[in-house]
Amino acid sequence: MKNNALLIHPGDNVAIALRNLGSGEEVKAKEVEGFPALQDIPASHKIALRDIPAGEEIIKYGEIVAVCTKDIKKGEWVHTHNLESKRWRK
Amino acid sequence: MREISGYERVRGRYGIRNHVLVLATVSCVNGVIQRISREVPEAVCVPHAHGCGRGGARDMQILFRVLSGMVHHPNVGAVVLIGLGCEISNTKSLVPFIENAGKPLEIFNVQEHGGARQTAQKGAAAARRLLAEIKGQPRVSLPWDQLLVAMECGGSDAMSGVTANVALGAVSDWLVQKGATVIFGENTEMIGTAHVLARRAKNERVAKQIEKLIDEAEKRTQEVMGNLASWVISPGNMDGGMSTIAEKSMGCIFKGGTTTINQVVDYGEAPTEKGLVLQDGPGYDADSMAGLAASGSQLMFFSTGRGTPVGFPTLPVIKVASNSRIYEVMEDDLDINAGSLVEGKLLEDLRAQMVDLMIRVINGERTKAEVNGMDVFAFMTVHPPF
Repeated sequence: MKNNALLIHPGDNVAIALRNLGSGEEVKAKEVEGFPALQDIPASHKIALRDIPAGEEIIKYGEIVAVCTKDIKKGEWVHTHNLESKRWRK
Repeated sequence: MREISGYERVRGRYGIRNHVLVLATVSCVNGVIQRISREVPEAVCVPHAHGCGRGGARDMQILFRVLSGMVHHPNVGAVVLIGLGCEISNTKSLVPFIENAGKPLEIFNVQEHGGARQTAQKGAAAARRLLAEIKGQPRVSLPWDQLLVAMECGGSDAMSGVTANVALGAVSDWLVQKGATVIFGENTEMIGTAHVLARRAKNERVAKQIEKLIDEAEKRTQEVMGNLASWVISPGNMDGGMSTIAEKSMGCIFKGGTTTINQVVDYGEAPTEKGLVLQDGPGYDADSMAGLAASGSQLMFFSTGRGTPVGFPTLPVIKVASNSRIYEVMEDDLDINAGSLVEGKLLEDLRAQMVDLMIRVINGERTKAEVNGMDVFAFMTVHPPF
């Protein structure tokens, strides 16, 4: 099966869906052991690669891009509903 | 790794093209440039909208830096400069900036050489003469550490930061490791990443320059756009999966790769350091490209998701599509399909494909923007016209 997700940087705790992924579908990315998506993930959106507790930083491109506001489980969709910006907080 | 070659220039520099540039000093002579272009299509003819009508110190600095940067450009082997006579950037004022360019230069002014038509005839004859003169210049081995490659993104979409800019970043890292210099700009697209870029700075001084540059870009954006400034991260961006301004900007700046930032240069200013260099320039493609070219880049990678055909008169521009759909729609304009990452292509394979194409382009293969003649030349101004 082809990869359906991309790990941009080895230090990232999220991968990027390369197409729309369905709940339960196996997430496959290079250098990542397969695991199921826990919910639908839209194309180009983020999926948690491990459990990320609230308050921890979201790492993409090897850099901090946000802080999560809720406990996030591996395989969950990571977006504005469970994270916030470190600057320009709303 | 295969060898790369280029044309030797003064002061140890190399070009990867050997163009005869026919450059206007001011918009008033654009018709003359167009006549020469019709008569001598092999010459790179550059009309533009600048040269007069602005008086602020910053615009003066940029005007002279960019026009002289075009004359000095390493891909240019000889120059025909067409002036009017009474403009701000007239040929006499430009001479001190270009007389050490180390290449054949012929100058004609409409107000001295018998009007527009006669000037066009003289300019065309000069262009033909110079084409013949530099035709025989041999290509020689080009050391990687004499290569300056620009990274640009424009007409971005949600996949730009996932596929195309990640691929550009991989090429940037590869080039830096080879000893080359990589330059990228677009300060408005760095907002929210000061903490990232400053940490990657070579030293405290460069870190401070980066913080200042991004801070000023943010202030300018808020000053000009007011409440709309928050639209630098728009609902459309969020639909595309970008949750924060930092994430969006990371997707832009990742085209520069992950290495240490060794220098910050002003718009159109030439780097003196190797490795990764950041330019304080605007996000608008045309203006950004002119600044990166005036800095002396010989080659540019340009990622696009929505699809733009733009090229640059003196620079081969390698277009990288972020998604397969736009690649298929605009295949005549786009050189590389980074959307192939979605179809299972590995990043290292895509990078190898891009490096392979880059080497062929350096050695003379024309990019699609070059074949199509999609030249655009415009540069940044900050003051209103008067």
